[in-house]
Amino acid sequence: MENVLTYMTFIPLAGAVVVLMLPNNPKLIRWVSAAATVPPLLMAVWLFNHFDRTQAGFQFVEKYQWLPAYNISYYLGIDGLSISMVILTALLSFICIFASFGIEKAVKGYFALFLMLDAGMMGVFCALDFFLFYVFWEVMLLPMYFLIGIWGGPRREYAAIKFFLYTLFGSVLMLLAILALYFASEPHTFDMTVLMAQADKYGTKALPIWPFAQWGWGFQHVIWMALFIGFAIKIPAFPFHTWLPDAHVEAPTAISVILAGVLLKMGTYGILRTNFPMLPAATADLAYWFLGALGAWNIIYGALCAMAQKDLKKLVAYSSVSHMGYVMLGMASFTTQGINGAVLQMFNHGTITGMLFLLVGVIYDRAHHREIDGFGGLAAIMPVYTGITALAFFASMGLPGLSGFISEILVLLGVWQRYPVLTILGASGVILTAGYLLWTIQRVYLGPPNEKYLKMPDINGREIFTLVPLGVIVIIVGVYPSVVLDLLRASLDHINQIVLPHLHS
Amino acid sequence: MDLKNIASLSLFYPEIILTGTILLIVVADLLLRGGRRGLALIAVIGCIGALLATFDLYGAQPGLLFHRMIVLDRFSLFFKVIALTATILTIWMSLGSDEIKQVHQGEFYTLLLACALGMFFMASSSNLLMAYLSLELVSLTSYVLTGFLPHNRRSSEAALKYLIYGGVASGTMIYGMSWIFGMAGSLDYAAIQAALAQNGINKAALFMAFIFIMAGFGYKIVFVPFHMWSPDVYQGAPTPFTAFLSVASNAAGIAIMIRFFFPGVSRVLPGGDWSFVAGVEWPHVLLFVSMITMTVGNLCALNQKNLKRMLAYSGIAHAGYMLMGLAVLTNDGLSAILFYVVVYLIMNLGAFLVVAMVANVTGGEDIEHYRGLAWRGASVPAICLAVFLFSLTGLPPFAGFVGKFFLFSAVLKQGGAFAVLAVVAAINSVISLYYYAKIVKTMFLDMPYPENKRVAVAVNNFTLLIPLTVLTVVLGVYFAPLAQYTNQSLFFFVK
Repeated sequence: MENVLTYMTFIPLAGAVVVLMLPNNPKLIRWVSAAATVPPLLMAVWLFNHFDRTQAGFQFVEKYQWLPAYNISYYLGIDGLSISMVILTALLSFICIFASFGIEKAVKGYFALFLMLDAGMMGVFCALDFFLFYVFWEVMLLPMYFLIGIWGGPRREYAAIKFFLYTLFGSVLMLLAILALYFASEPHTFDMTVLMAQADKYGTKALPIWPFAQWGWGFQHVIWMALFIGFAIKIPAFPFHTWLPDAHVEAPTAISVILAGVLLKMGTYGILRTNFPMLPAATADLAYWFLGALGAWNIIYGALCAMAQKDLKKLVAYSSVSHMGYVMLGMASFTTQGINGAVLQMFNHGTITGMLFLLVGVIYDRAHHREIDGFGGLAAIMPVYTGITALAFFASMGLPGLSGFISEILVLLGVWQRYPVLTILGASGVILTAGYLLWTIQRVYLGPPNEKYLKMPDINGREIFTLVPLGVIVIIVGVYPSVVLDLLRASLDHINQIVLPHLHS
Repeated sequence: MDLKNIASLSLFYPEIILTGTILLIVVADLLLRGGRRGLALIAVIGCIGALLATFDLYGAQPGLLFHRMIVLDRFSLFFKVIALTATILTIWMSLGSDEIKQVHQGEFYTLLLACALGMFFMASSSNLLMAYLSLELVSLTSYVLTGFLPHNRRSSEAALKYLIYGGVASGTMIYGMSWIFGMAGSLDYAAIQAALAQNGINKAALFMAFIFIMAGFGYKIVFVPFHMWSPDVYQGAPTPFTAFLSVASNAAGIAIMIRFFFPGVSRVLPGGDWSFVAGVEWPHVLLFVSMITMTVGNLCALNQKNLKRMLAYSGIAHAGYMLMGLAVLTNDGLSAILFYVVVYLIMNLGAFLVVAMVANVTGGEDIEHYRGLAWRGASVPAICLAVFLFSLTGLPPFAGFVGKFFLFSAVLKQGGAFAVLAVVAAINSVISLYYYAKIVKTMFLDMPYPENKRVAVAVNNFTLLIPLTVLTVVLGVYFAPLAQYTNQSLFFFVK
């Protein structure tokens, strides 16, 4: 299949255009939108089957001139790092369309924006031209702003603009860094593969300007930092994480799933895609503090915040902050286990947190609130729902046999070889995670049933349909992680090998 | 090529057509009393004729006309196309505007076309005297058009403010010009350049003269500290003219400034960079002015309650962005400015068009009038305005992003201190998002109050609105031809 990546990116966009032209019939709009996410999902399955797992380089490459004078091209391709994210995006988009069937307000606008968002996300993971990457990166912002701002909760306006401003701040820094790399490359280009090949050219000698002279930062370090801030806001790494709880709490369920499942991954994906191979020397110098230590801090800080939450959705949001910390920590280890674990954690977090947000959505649709202390004994009222929730919670906690365990253990194994102290800190996060999750299960699901909710119906067919695929993946990856790890290994080893020679110790 | 008066006329027909149209409108206004559409039609046909003539001149040999007063080259032709396009779109916009219905149509179109004619001369003057006269022609017509709404205090007040500021600025400018004349002994750009290249010029005096001249240009381009008039004038003037002022007047100011500071007093080096007279660091001044202009514009825009006023401050900020391209002294920078001028024309005119449409129905331009616009039967104008505003912010996939991208890349290419300028500009883009998004929020995220009436917009405005919106998106994705055109327009005829 030629141009498969283009189709995956632009079929949802075409779907958005079609949806805009449809008559105002909510049912029709919903099903047409769902149909638009099916081809990308099928293509993702096709990619999974046809992907050459032994090859580290980019596959399914497409390249066309866009603005030759500036060496800007339309350049798509995927390697082991991106294919896992592409599959995740295709799957979550498909599921979230169904999770959005309950939307009543301005249905046409919602689904059109959702499909645009889908196209933007897919494009980010496929783009191999930095200019194109940036365009897709920004294209996601607008639909997200409206989806949170129009269909969100009571404080949606605040959450939407906060998300928008934070992300834009990061991305303008990123734009400057992209341009600086462009002018540093010879011949000037936005082609990521060429920029990676020229990685040794970007100066590492300390710049003679305050404060970089004191820190010993060269051109490469400054660019690294600019890119890193752009990505760290998306991850979100402390102290740039404050937009996340607001956005998650206000966003409608499906958008929370996309936000946690796909958008957060773009931060860590960007670091692995650009910072590691293009700026290896700076990565080696800065990774300990800005990825490793910050990651460990993210784990503990996120878990402690989650523990203090009264709102179930906010708890899941902070658990994302904590879990993304493992990704950063694993990346910083520069070991095969660590880096593979990190990307596997990205994939697993996408599926597990997706489930968690869907489950929160189920309960919110029925009770119209999310107070953890406002429930109690749901296990007796909604047994099926409680069963699925338990699966998701245990996966999130890292119970052996479920996917979360594999990625966390890989990360900790990898990091132990390089930074034992950080490993201890990171591992202590596992205990905190178990703490807040078990405590939540106890408060919401166990104990005597709350009389207010005795009549609450159990989970319905549509909701089960959205949850089951994710649950199956969680179990499969937990038992047989090679399904995903085989995809990743060759490419991630390649990326790791670029950085390793620059490590001093 | 250096032509005398009569010989020049053969290369002067766009201006002749425009002048003929102006006279024709005066006569037609007497004959067709109340024939509003007829007059507009004459004006549009005249402009299109002039536009075709301008394109025709691309084939002609570049040269100097009228005893070296006016220069014909691709750079001047580019700005003539810009001025005419803005005029045509403004006339089109004025047809759907209730404000213009109340005033004398004939005079409005006459003055508008005269203003465009002045812009023609601004873009092509190669003599300080010509530059001054053309600037005054544009200013004088603008004063009248600003105060054009009868019995409207704001409009009259704006015109008076504009007049006073304009008077001071052009007085300062002509004072600076007299210094130049004193030093160079000529008003002709080529002669000035030759004189400045010799030793013995007093650097301090020359620097001061440049600063004085910048006052005049700065008041047209609207950069700090010559910006104080703009919010009042933008708010008070009839909306179609505000739109015209914000794009065409700004573009003409950019044109005259580039013409004077680049081929006029600087020399081009083989690599496409420019070298200024040694010891007279006017680009450094521009660097600071650019930073201050964009920051002041954006910060002041944050808390505006009136959309036209907000767009005035946003215009100041955009002038600051464009100045970046001047400060770097490269052809890349200049080409980026030309690109930005085109893009800014499209998106800003579009934004003002929606303002005019909404004002027709709700009777006001306050942000409060836009509350829940998308849910009050005006979703198409609301979506279009959102596109224009996000494009002004510089978000892809809209044209404004590409414009900013070229400017940023021109600045970062120079490196060094310019990297700071780029960072300041980038942070300014983020600040600007806040107030642009505030409008979008008001239109989409806020639900209308019960007392907010449904908005029934006149459909005939869509004929202009939709093409502008589509163009904003298309140029954000497929910009190669336009980039090529602006690159080619960077040709100055000197000597």
